[in-house]
Amino acid sequence: MIAWEDTGIVLSARPHGEHAVLLSLFTATHGRHAGLVPGGQGRALRGTVQPGTGVRALWRARLETHLGTLQVEATSPLTPLLLGERDRLAALVSLCAVAERALPERDPHDALYHAFAAAIASLGAPGDRLTWAAAVARWERDLLEDLGFGLDLGACALTGTPDDLAYVSPRSGRAVSRAAAGPWRDRLLPLPAFLRPETNDPPAGIPAGPADIVAALNLTGHFLARPDVLSGPLGLPAARQRLLDRLRRWEEEVPGP
Amino acid sequence: MPGEAIDRLIQTLARLPGLGPRSARRAVLVLLRRRAALLEPLRDALALVAETARDCPVCGNIDTTTPCAVCADPGRDAGLICVVRDVADLWALERTGSFRGRYHVLGGLLSALDGIGPDDLGLERLEARLGPDQVREIILALPATVEGQTTAHVVADRLERPGLIVSGLAHGVPLGSELDYLDDGTLNAALTARRPLQG
Repeated sequence: MIAWEDTGIVLSARPHGEHAVLLSLFTATHGRHAGLVPGGQGRALRGTVQPGTGVRALWRARLETHLGTLQVEATSPLTPLLLGERDRLAALVSLCAVAERALPERDPHDALYHAFAAAIASLGAPGDRLTWAAAVARWERDLLEDLGFGLDLGACALTGTPDDLAYVSPRSGRAVSRAAAGPWRDRLLPLPAFLRPETNDPPAGIPAGPADIVAALNLTGHFLARPDVLSGPLGLPAARQRLLDRLRRWEEEVPGP
Repeated sequence: MPGEAIDRLIQTLARLPGLGPRSARRAVLVLLRRRAALLEPLRDALALVAETARDCPVCGNIDTTTPCAVCADPGRDAGLICVVRDVADLWALERTGSFRGRYHVLGGLLSALDGIGPDDLGLERLEARLGPDQVREIILALPATVEGQTTAHVVADRLERPGLIVSGLAHGVPLGSELDYLDDGTLNAALTARRPLQG
């Protein structure tokens, strides 16, 4: 019998038979990992197998290649704020759906897991909406990096300067400075300053406004949608498009007095 | 060993939720022993329901009349529509006897995994009911799960129009329960939705 214990976050739960669920977790040290949860549809576990819930998981199987069973205990349940606020919930569903579709199974991504956990924690905590939205966009940038399609946002692809980087080439994923973009700027993707790796921490890491968030998600979405990034023919999940639609509404909001 | 017809009955019953082959065999044995009292009335009831059961074209409920008994009841408030996931939820709310409006059955929830999007929920059927019935309030009685609440938000967005109230069910401590036995999420929701106790 093989077994491990780990912390993780529920990505999805699909009913299996009358009582069990097939659970997909993003774990700290075992990557995305699935397992059968007997009784997962029952009253005691129904709240635990919700996407975004932090759990302590015990996986057991006779052979490494088997699906195995998972025993889960909630450590960070979803907050009412997260379930009750539509933009936060849309972001949570998008995060989980993208992770479910993009991450290879049983491939550890430790740093990405911690960024994922931090993004979900910021979604469930009171605070400015730009803060959690920035965490979601940064996580997608880090996901691209982990999948081997990292954006090169450190210096201009044309001049080598690290200053005034404002665009990204949609082909190479390399940054381009405002000055070097010249007549090609309409064909480049806007790069919001907060998405650059050296601005991960506030105050530089706070987006200037909703337009920055939408630009960041358009940028990461462009590369995530490439057929060689997301496995399978399905492309980006519909939940991500719903998030983007909701965030675009922020741009249309009239600022208060 | 039972004959072919009885065996087929056992196998059919075993496909029902909550029943396996063993309990299906026990049920069939009881039916066979009490033919006049159970088997024949069951046969007649099944034949009648198979003949007459229809999806209500207005709300999506299942009934033997068209429209269903709820939609046809003139004593119900047509200005109140309660949106539920499926017929089981509608029947659960009807058991309480406390809701005197009408219903709308979505037939599912948005699901990223199963690829169920807003277009699959038949929301245009619900929108078509708003004008003619002069609906004042839509109550979204959907599960307190990620999929349930995502669906509720999408439906609320879609129904946004002046003069129409869109509300959701409260979440909190179930009647008759002890705090000690509640899960963290429910306790958290109950604390957040606390209300002043007035004399």
